[in-house]
Amino acid sequence: MIDETVDKSKRQFLTTALTVVGAVGTGYLAVPFLSQMQPSVKAMAAGAPVEVDISKIEEGQLIRVAWRGKPVWILQRSPETLETLKTLDGQLRDPQSNESDQPESSKNPVRSMKPEIFVAVGLCTHLGCSPTFRPEVAPHDLGADWKGGFFCPCHGSWFDLAGRVYKGVPAPTNLEVPPYRYVTDTQIIIGEAAEEKAA
Amino acid sequence: MKKLLSLLLFSLSLNVFASGGVTLQDADVDLSDKVSLQRGAKHFVTYCLGCHSAKQIRYLRIANDLGLDEKHVLADIAPEGAGIYDQLHTAMNKHDAEKWFGTQPPDLSLIARSRGADWLYSYLKGFYTDKNRPFGVNNAIFEDVGMPNPLWQLQGEQKPVFEMDGEKKTLTKLIKGSEGTMSEKEFDTAVNDLVNFLVYVGEPVQLERQQMGKYVLFFLLIFLAISYLLKKEYWKDVH
Amino acid sequence: MNLKPTRLRMCGNWVLDRFPLAQVWNEHMAHYYAPKNFNFWYFFGSLALLVLVNQFVTGILLTMNYKPDAKFAFDSVEYIMRDVNWGWLVRYMHSTGASAFFIVIYLHMFRGLLYGSFKQPRELIWIFGMLLFVALMAEAFMGYLLPWGQMSYWGAQVIISLFSAIPVVGDDLALWIRGDYVISDATLNRFFAFHVIAVPLVLVLLVFMHIVALHEVGSNNPDGVNIKKSKDPWGHPTDGIPFHPYYTVKDVVGVAVFMIFFATVIFYMPEMGGYFLEHANFIPADPMKTPEHIAPVWYFTPFYSILRAIPDKFAGVIGMGGSIVVLFLLPWLDRGKVKSIRYRGGIYKKALMLFVVSFIALGYLGTQPVTPLATTMARIFTAYYFGFFLLMPIYTRWEKLKPVPSHITMQPTLEERIPEIKAVFDEVTLVTEGENTKRGFNQTGAKNVLIRTAKNLKESLD
Repeated sequence: MIDETVDKSKRQFLTTALTVVGAVGTGYLAVPFLSQMQPSVKAMAAGAPVEVDISKIEEGQLIRVAWRGKPVWILQRSPETLETLKTLDGQLRDPQSNESDQPESSKNPVRSMKPEIFVAVGLCTHLGCSPTFRPEVAPHDLGADWKGGFFCPCHGSWFDLAGRVYKGVPAPTNLEVPPYRYVTDTQIIIGEAAEEKAA
Repeated sequence: MKKLLSLLLFSLSLNVFASGGVTLQDADVDLSDKVSLQRGAKHFVTYCLGCHSAKQIRYLRIANDLGLDEKHVLADIAPEGAGIYDQLHTAMNKHDAEKWFGTQPPDLSLIARSRGADWLYSYLKGFYTDKNRPFGVNNAIFEDVGMPNPLWQLQGEQKPVFEMDGEKKTLTKLIKGSEGTMSEKEFDTAVNDLVNFLVYVGEPVQLERQQMGKYVLFFLLIFLAISYLLKKEYWKDVH
Repeated sequence: MNLKPTRLRMCGNWVLDRFPLAQVWNEHMAHYYAPKNFNFWYFFGSLALLVLVNQFVTGILLTMNYKPDAKFAFDSVEYIMRDVNWGWLVRYMHSTGASAFFIVIYLHMFRGLLYGSFKQPRELIWIFGMLLFVALMAEAFMGYLLPWGQMSYWGAQVIISLFSAIPVVGDDLALWIRGDYVISDATLNRFFAFHVIAVPLVLVLLVFMHIVALHEVGSNNPDGVNIKKSKDPWGHPTDGIPFHPYYTVKDVVGVAVFMIFFATVIFYMPEMGGYFLEHANFIPADPMKTPEHIAPVWYFTPFYSILRAIPDKFAGVIGMGGSIVVLFLLPWLDRGKVKSIRYRGGIYKKALMLFVVSFIALGYLGTQPVTPLATTMARIFTAYYFGFFLLMPIYTRWEKLKPVPSHITMQPTLEERIPEIKAVFDEVTLVTEGENTKRGFNQTGAKNVLIRTAKNLKESLD
């Protein structure tokens, strides 16, 4: 049935052309289909910046607020705590936060804009559990080396009270610090970056 | 057979939207007219949002689609205290609504899709004085409607003219009772802007959708052309 | 350098040794011989499959954001339309796909009526197809409740109430289907389960059986000739061609044309004037208030018309059910000895033409409010609908058949008829004035064309 006169190359060309055009079309259709699984405007609305009043926070107290559905911690650190933080560098994986995630304004040893107020996303950088707040020093379940910090119950990662990860635990980096800025001294907005000022 | 056909055609021409004997006026809907939509948004918030919500649309969407700055929308259009991600919620709570109107005024997000633009246009222009109604007004398009005329200050009052046909009383036209703050032409434009906005709110994506359609169809035509050539090439074998 | 292809081939062979992929491909595509003379009407099978895939893909995506809860359902649909990226496209593809499915299926079924595709030995294909049609109607009906608009609600209310017409168990049955005394959250939730899981599984199974049954006996064709009767030395039917590549490339053309129509609706008229998406369905379901005029979506209206035409609740339900049941019986009702309409007698041709008219008329009447005139007309067309089927055993016996050729015939394609069409066009639009001719409406030409068409029609109906 197949003629001798069949122009094989023309067939091949048209088949290729149709396949390419069809693939491009499928690609264009795939974009909306995949994109519809991205966060919707509603999710973005829920991810809008959150305003927090910190006037009532006491020394050593940790408050939790939700930002983009994630727990965000705001901790008022005491001067003693800040002193302790300075002594820990040798035990930490990334004390200068070079490999960790934080806005430029919090890239310092205490990882915050104002030393006493610490803001961080309360999710372990290992696999996303929320670590527990353990401010006490050397409790019997964590041992004598514990200087106060965050302990992840899922896989046992240790973080100090600046959210910096200890060596020898599964978590790879320090706790994430979200973008935030001070509106007034007692009012912060989480989710909006501070204007970069030359310090 | 001919008679049957004409009957069929006649019933086909009945407008689905029309209710009552009054014919609808044509609204001039143009979604690419951003300025009209901006005015309509302003009118909606001023005159409608007090009682009616449009909870399916957000201020952010309006800002993006109408080419407005987010800050401008919050300052000039949205009521005080609204956030950019907020939907157009009404200030009136359910309890008050039931006390004043006996029911909660319907959400207007999709009103243009259920009623049609011409209906809305005629409805908003169709209020007339009727002392027997609780709010002192009735409507030519929506008889015994349960709402006051929110635009009466702009339009002024309208008086009905009835025609008696035995027992049956039919409304034939509306005449001007008192002057409003707007001229008739200004008022028509204002109502048209409002309807235009409601049509936009009914389906915010429609303009974008129509613009996109061209490219899709163009692409499909190319696909058709190549597939046809391929088919022809292969079918040379078939005798 | 040859390492990669050989590895690939080895992997391929590893699979082929364990799974009959090549065999399946050959059996159903490359070595499946289909008659050479498929025409326009044979596109709709593959198109139905395309639409089914479209419904599956878009349906799965919609499920990700839809909430089957009476409190949230309506808003979640609008959420998809506005807040979800491209949600409007996915939703319109699904809603337009539903209507497209019925258009394609109705044309596919009409093809069966034209060329006798339901006749021996293809009765079972027809039965599977009819089961598919019923499953599809169930799927569409339950899907239509999900947006939870006024039409969704009251449409479902009316249709489920049909079951209560059944004597003795009716009321309990309707209650059991709803899971409540009215349509409610419980009903919505279970319809969602049926719509996204149960019925789609049944549909897939039936499509599989439909195709397996078809490939067992082979495709019919517009001449109704059995192509297996004459074979070439290699055992292939001389009137057949391999489905792949010949019909795959042809079906792609059909797909392209279909998609142009489909995209036009999606991008320019997704409501289709209130037929694909009804206006009243943009109002959230309100159990306290029935809309002034309720009508089912267009694809149910012929059957809905039959229901309304019968002035008794139970009889109406029987009539509506019967109008579907009678389709199942078609292979045994039709006693005509010839499959294709090309060689059947005028009586069947006229009967079928009138059937199409009455089906469309019933469909139209179903969308309109009830008036005495409309009811009378619906009764006439209903009587005709049933007459067409139930009188078939009688009138098909009187048919004066034409001789059936031993081989299939090739009709001129649309392309080959272009000169002919152009001649007709010229006849109507060319006006001769003395020496020169110019474009314009030619009255005598138009009259001649009309008379010729009428004559041809009359001839072809004899």
